[in-house]
Amino acid sequence: MIRRKLEENFFRTLMILATILVTGSFFLIVGTILYRGVPFMTWDMISKIPGGGFYIGKEGGVLNAIIGSLYVAGGATVLGLFISIPVAIYINMYLGGRIWLANGLRIAFDVLFGIPSIVYGAFGFLIMVYFGIRASLLGGIVAVTLLVIPILVRTLDEVIRTVPKELGDATLSLGATRWETAKVVIRQIRPGVFTAILLSFGRAIGDVASVLFTAGFSDNIPTSLHQPAATLPLAIFFQLGSPVAEVQGRAYASALILTIIVLIITILSSILAKRFSKNNSR
Amino acid sequence: MTSLRLLKDKVYAKIMLIFTILSVAVVLVIGIGLYLKSVPVLNKISLYTLLTSSVWKPLKGLFGFFPFIMGTLWVTAIAIIIALPLCLLTSFFITEYTPNQLRKILVPFVNLLSGIPPVIFGVWGVLFIVPLIQDHIAPHFVEFSTGYSVLAGGIVLAVMIFPLIVSIVCEVLNTIPKDLKDASLALGATKWETIRKVSLRKAKPGIIAATVLAVSRAFGETIAVLMVCGNNADVPHSVFDPGYPLPALIANNYGEMLSIPMYDSALMFAAFLLFIIILLFNVISRIILARLERKLAL
Repeated sequence: MIRRKLEENFFRTLMILATILVTGSFFLIVGTILYRGVPFMTWDMISKIPGGGFYIGKEGGVLNAIIGSLYVAGGATVLGLFISIPVAIYINMYLGGRIWLANGLRIAFDVLFGIPSIVYGAFGFLIMVYFGIRASLLGGIVAVTLLVIPILVRTLDEVIRTVPKELGDATLSLGATRWETAKVVIRQIRPGVFTAILLSFGRAIGDVASVLFTAGFSDNIPTSLHQPAATLPLAIFFQLGSPVAEVQGRAYASALILTIIVLIITILSSILAKRFSKNNSR
Repeated sequence: MTSLRLLKDKVYAKIMLIFTILSVAVVLVIGIGLYLKSVPVLNKISLYTLLTSSVWKPLKGLFGFFPFIMGTLWVTAIAIIIALPLCLLTSFFITEYTPNQLRKILVPFVNLLSGIPPVIFGVWGVLFIVPLIQDHIAPHFVEFSTGYSVLAGGIVLAVMIFPLIVSIVCEVLNTIPKDLKDASLALGATKWETIRKVSLRKAKPGIIAATVLAVSRAFGETIAVLMVCGNNADVPHSVFDPGYPLPALIANNYGEMLSIPMYDSALMFAAFLLFIIILLFNVISRIILARLERKLAL
């Protein structure tokens, strides 16, 4: 009896320790980035593009990478939405009774979600070489779009599934076509669409491997789709590889900027998701 | 008027069907594209040699992927060995022991972790894990280690797959009927005994699926591993040796791959290899999870 009690207590302690470690690793990471990044954080970092000699420690900032990342992530999310909203509607409203087909498609998108970004990047690079396109903002946007489509489709799909079936049935029985019904449903899921947008944007802005081959790098802010664009994660990666301490410090500061952007996005999306689920339970 | 509306409905249906087919077909196009690109190197060197040779001399046209495959396996294995027990214990604690209030605080932190970009994990690895290994862990076991090692890669990866495993396992555990657990508790079993003999057994397929997904995620992770792994094209012999996983190889060499003959083909073969393995793993685990979900719905 005592042995069983001891065992229970032992494993309970182990579980508490594991939980502290797993949930605490978030604080450890953000704490490390804050601790090392804040000393190097200056207004110049977010307001200036790299000046001459930036990479040997002279003045400048990473505005080029911040803007580049926003362009790539924004462009990819917009492009992805144009493709994934119809796909999510199709899966849910046009397949009728063929549930196996809908489920098969869901699995397919889950699998696509699992494909690593380096493969998307390599594939994007392949296509660009084939068509003779050089690394550019456009190339980056296309590669990242491939990356975010599965996230968008699956999130939108989950959201559409929370819409009461009666709503669609009522619309249909009034004589509306499936397309008109879809418009009614889309109106219902608007907050859910925002959640999907934020999730996709967050993933897109943080990814390196897909833009590494495709978007290139530039010290200037791109003014057209055909110019190469710097991205924040790539800037962090390059700066960290520098032997100059000052430049390495800027990598920490850039990491801090990226972390803050991503955290704001994640927190916003979870607040939205919560609100959305509240609306639904009514 | 009606016919116009019907026409509109049909046209939109076709457009959406095309979008759906296209976005799923991406899988096929990627597979075929990468395969066609790796044909030249496959024609010149046999698949067996590519996978088992340790000689990596692109300038001489020798491409042996064995060290990179081993690098990937080492890093992945370390990550799973660290992450799986921790995540299982955490999931059990969250689902069976914590009151609702505490759960509402714990779960968001796990989710926040999943939102952190890979490159930030990499920076954290360089700033925290690598020095930790170099100064505090490695000296107890080996004479010298820079800290840039497969162990560092494994630890960083483990933290990266925490949220994936915890969220899936928690979901699976929540689907286990409460009656089963209550029956076990009523017979006098302790909570831990109930977990071990009822929950664990019931959740087994889900745990396997989560693990397979985590493995495939670890296989494909590029930048974070690349930053802390040391990137040395030798087969690692201990956890303190540097390794060079496949994705890191692709990412590091894209710049020069067009200037050396066959190099691009060899790297695309590496991407193809990754793609096929990960695709297979994902399909298996997703089917297991979908089955579980369906069983629950019945």
